[in-house]
Amino acid sequence: MEVGQMQRRLVDYTKSLFMEGFLDGQFLQLQQLQDESNPDFVVEVVSLFFDDSEKLLNDLTMALDQPNVDFKKVDAHVHQLKGSSSSIGAQRVKNACIAFRNFCEEQNIEACLRCLQQVKQEYYLVKNKLETLFRLEQQIVAAGGSIPLMEMGL
Amino acid sequence: MESCNCIEPQWPADELLMKYQYISDFFIALAYFSIPLELIYFVKKSAVFPYRWVLVQFGAFIVLCGATHLINLWTFTMHSRTVAVVMTTAKVLTAVVSCATALMLVHIIPDLLSVKTRELFLKNKAAELDREMGLIRTQEETGRHVRMLTHEIRSTLDRHTILKTTLVELGRTLGLEECALWMPTRTGLELQLSYTLRQQNPVGYTVPIHLPVINQVFSSSRAVKISPNCPVARLRPLSGKYVPGEVVAVRVPLLHLSNFQINDWPELSTKRYALMVLMLPSDSARQWHGHQLELVEVVADQVAVALSHAAILEESMRARDLLMDQNVALDLARREAETAIRARNDFLAVMNHEMRTPMHAIIALSSLLQETELTPEQRLMVETILKSSNLLATLINDVLDVSRLEDGSLQLDLGIFNLCAVFREVLNLIKPIASVKKLHVSLNLAPDLPEYAIGDEKRLMQTILNVVGNAVKFTKEGSISITAFVAKSESLRDSRAPEFFPVPSDNHFYLRVQVKDSGSGISTQDIPKLFTKFAQTQSTATRNSGGSGLGLAICKRFVNLMEGHIWIESEGLGKGCTAIFTVKLGIPERLNESKLPLMPKVSSNHGQTSFSGLKVLVMDENGVSRMVTKGLLVHLGFEVTMVSSSDECLHVVSHEHKVVLMDVCVPGMDGYEIAVQIHEKFTKSHERPLIVALTGNTDKVTKENCMRVGMDGVILKPVSLDKMRSVLSDLLEHRFFRGHIEMKNIGD
Repeated sequence: MEVGQMQRRLVDYTKSLFMEGFLDGQFLQLQQLQDESNPDFVVEVVSLFFDDSEKLLNDLTMALDQPNVDFKKVDAHVHQLKGSSSSIGAQRVKNACIAFRNFCEEQNIEACLRCLQQVKQEYYLVKNKLETLFRLEQQIVAAGGSIPLMEMGL
Repeated sequence: MESCNCIEPQWPADELLMKYQYISDFFIALAYFSIPLELIYFVKKSAVFPYRWVLVQFGAFIVLCGATHLINLWTFTMHSRTVAVVMTTAKVLTAVVSCATALMLVHIIPDLLSVKTRELFLKNKAAELDREMGLIRTQEETGRHVRMLTHEIRSTLDRHTILKTTLVELGRTLGLEECALWMPTRTGLELQLSYTLRQQNPVGYTVPIHLPVINQVFSSSRAVKISPNCPVARLRPLSGKYVPGEVVAVRVPLLHLSNFQINDWPELSTKRYALMVLMLPSDSARQWHGHQLELVEVVADQVAVALSHAAILEESMRARDLLMDQNVALDLARREAETAIRARNDFLAVMNHEMRTPMHAIIALSSLLQETELTPEQRLMVETILKSSNLLATLINDVLDVSRLEDGSLQLDLGIFNLCAVFREVLNLIKPIASVKKLHVSLNLAPDLPEYAIGDEKRLMQTILNVVGNAVKFTKEGSISITAFVAKSESLRDSRAPEFFPVPSDNHFYLRVQVKDSGSGISTQDIPKLFTKFAQTQSTATRNSGGSGLGLAICKRFVNLMEGHIWIESEGLGKGCTAIFTVKLGIPERLNESKLPLMPKVSSNHGQTSFSGLKVLVMDENGVSRMVTKGLLVHLGFEVTMVSSSDECLHVVSHEHKVVLMDVCVPGMDGYEIAVQIHEKFTKSHERPLIVALTGNTDKVTKENCMRVGMDGVILKPVSLDKMRSVLSDLLEHRFFRGHIEMKNIGD
């Protein structure tokens, strides 16, 4: 596949991510921060996000598994996750976290478990999407092309 | 003769005498029997009779007497022994009872007599009570009249109504023929007839006030009976026939407002009285009774009070009217003054322009002329023209400046400037003239003088130049020394300026400049005049030096605007003089030199601001957002240090960091606490880094908390590049004018 085609595919793919609400404007900001002095900024941040989130999700699962659920701790974790996801623009994860936090306040265990499931689901989805995105970018770079900048009318 | 039981009377019966005795005895018996009956009858009729048993006794006595006399009837002729026995018994009984009665009466009769006395006594008492009742009733009547009169009098605040009502009511109550009121005239020497009851329009009848009868009335507070023939009582023309009724006069004190002290009762030591004269109807032979006099006195007092109330009311109405008039006048004056000022300002503005234009032409063209080829005389002439026109230009500027200074429309142009440069500039300007006069000028700047200051550079220079210029102007030979240093509190308070209380603070310092010259000096009496406009000292030497006399006045105005003080000391003529002034200047924050010329001029082109090399500290627990924030800041050119806990943050933060960005919505870690601690750590405000909060919460509580702990800004996460740039450039820019930083809420 030649570079132009790959670039077009990348653009379409990214557009679709935005349309479907996986990513929001914050992700664009991140992309803007990437420059010659910081060429892998976005990848670094997203990787960090993945690591952080895995850990947080594990902690959350364990915390909700306890016979006496410590909702404060659960809330703290969800807060962190929300912060991270909003920092990189993972919109759906962030929304799921917001809902999760509300149920934490109500101390509703069933609802929390359900939310946790939802968050996990969203997280894995966005992880998948981002990994695909990065692979596409790598392919373009490997083929000698440059990553097209997104001009979104957002 | 046979012996019989009959008793023979002692003497032989005489026929005629016996008959009369017989009849008398019979009647006596009858009477004696009827008396008790009558007694019983009448006693039964009367309700009260305390001595019943006396009656019984008396009755018994009389009955027995009667019985005795009745039985006596039988003893005139031969009677049997039984009759004699009965007779004897009756007599004995009668004797007993009558003795008893006689004895009893000894006790009874005084009692009965005393009853009579008591009755008399009671009758007297009743009469007395009746009299007293009459008195009380009269008094009550009087009281009622007084109340009614008072009510009538006090129900109005109008002086005329009060007096009229008084007279009418008094006339009615007391049934007077005439009632009149004499008021003192304005001069106080006469009494004028002001009101009468019957006569409709009293003629302006006056009586001198110092008549003995009037004095008599005035000297007592009681109603005084006066003769109907005295002038005040002669209200109608005398006609021979009638006998005038009794006349009573009473004084009515006219209380002045000044008689009423706040906590005192009014003293009736006022001199002014009016006279009320009351006349009973003539030919009525009525007399003035005590209670009527009392009534009159009470009414007089009430009238006095009512009149004083009326007077107070009149007074306050008058004062209010006066105030209103004054207000109107003041308003008018103010508007006129404003118009005048506006007219003057307009005039000045026009003249400003009109005068400067030709001046400009003259100066410009003369200087151009100087450049061309000229003969020496021509050059001299052109130089003189230039010098004169410069002088004129200065004069015009001075006059316009002064008038602008006067109406307070002048405001200082504050800005950062290089203090030392100002002094050096002045020195450069003055050096040529000084060297021509062969004067030695020295400049001495204290080492602790800040290099930069905030103030009005142009006007400060003008002031220094003026003062130094004066020093040079009035010195023929010798030296001029200029010293400048930061004034400390003790030296700030000068005995010469006792009302000057400088208070140095963190953001300001007081610059003190002393210019000492060895010139002609000033005599001590001329010193105060120095700062007045257009006043020149009289010595011809100074006259020739030129100048409009406005320079120092303008300097004083400028110095005052800069919250300082200027004065001149001199030991006398020929002993030189020292001009000293202090002004308040602001201290700029310590910052990069490169920023300096840029900052005050940059208004809102944020894009131009470069943050290169500025150190910031980022504190965020969340790794991802920490990285994102760092990326943003690095992209903007900052040098970023990252910490992830509050302890680390406090440990690392130093005065080298310009900004500290901290995430405050992490539960458990108190970003606010850190802010407070940073405030405590850096007491000098220009060393402290700016504190910006990053938060995902937009609610008011978060914002208030941030404000409370003294944060300088709040940014809502997630933050875009442009937002970060604009926020930080705003904050860093406004830092220079710190004194009153407002919370820049630059969220969404």
